[in-house]
Amino acid sequence: MIYLEHYLFLAAIIFTIGVLGIFLNKKNVIIILMSIELILLSVNINLISFSVFLNDISGQIFAMLTLTVAAAEAAIGLAILVVFYRNLGSIEVSKINKLKG
Amino acid sequence: MYLYSIAFYLFSIVAVLSALMVVSAKNPVHSVLFLILSFVNASGLFVLLGAEFLAMILVVVYVGAVAVLFLFVVMMLDINFVKLREGFLQYLPFGALLGIVLIIELGILFLTNSFSENALTQFINSPKIDDIENTKLIGKVLYTDYFYLFQISGLILLVAMVGSITLTLRDRGQVKRQNITSQNFIDANNAIEKKKIKLGEGI
Repeated sequence: MIYLEHYLFLAAIIFTIGVLGIFLNKKNVIIILMSIELILLSVNINLISFSVFLNDISGQIFAMLTLTVAAAEAAIGLAILVVFYRNLGSIEVSKINKLKG
Repeated sequence: MYLYSIAFYLFSIVAVLSALMVVSAKNPVHSVLFLILSFVNASGLFVLLGAEFLAMILVVVYVGAVAVLFLFVVMMLDINFVKLREGFLQYLPFGALLGIVLIIELGILFLTNSFSENALTQFINSPKIDDIENTKLIGKVLYTDYFYLFQISGLILLVAMVGSITLTLRDRGQVKRQNITSQNFIDANNAIEKKKIKLGEGI
């Protein structure tokens, strides 16, 4: 039998892999954006499995909103990436210091 | 039930392995393709859960739009990706430690009884999923109870579209464009010049 905890463990594993991807790829921005997508996917798995196992539809609505926000985030992130590459000719994270932050 | 368990473990193992490959692949094109594989397996899990509409949305929106956008950007940028992987192993011990700690903490959290179904069902007051189709139920709830959220998500998409177009639009100086105002304000007296040309001489 597959219970709610199985899905929660799966989502936790994918979430951890996403966080590790941000940690390990200190230079490649594209991999970091993909890791963020993985994290949002694990959040979606959590929302939908809670929604199904608790017999409540609103979790799926919120998962849909998460999908919307993730798509918008990916579009804006990639646009920023393209502009950054056009200006500096590189996408290394360590070179992003133009804002002196 | 056995088939359900086998399908769950198949989909989840492939999803986890491809997520690992997303993080660790040498070529970013490969990691985008593994991201697509991971999303497809997650949508298979959603079908197993009974959320068919979200599964189809995940395939259409993510694999069809977002992952292809990633692929497009990866192929458009001309970068030496081998140089970008320097220092990958440098942070591996610390990263592995952090990942193990995170997953153990999450596992302890899920093993407590606070997530069991009896502990959570008392908070529910919205429609039940039991007998009505998934898509129909989402439509019934989305356009009534969550209508403002629906419209706000449309606004978010609009803002993202305007923002990304504004970010990437640039004005190239040497490109010749049509100037409609000057075309409309042109005068026949200034535009046409009459000349009397003598025979056999030219201008």
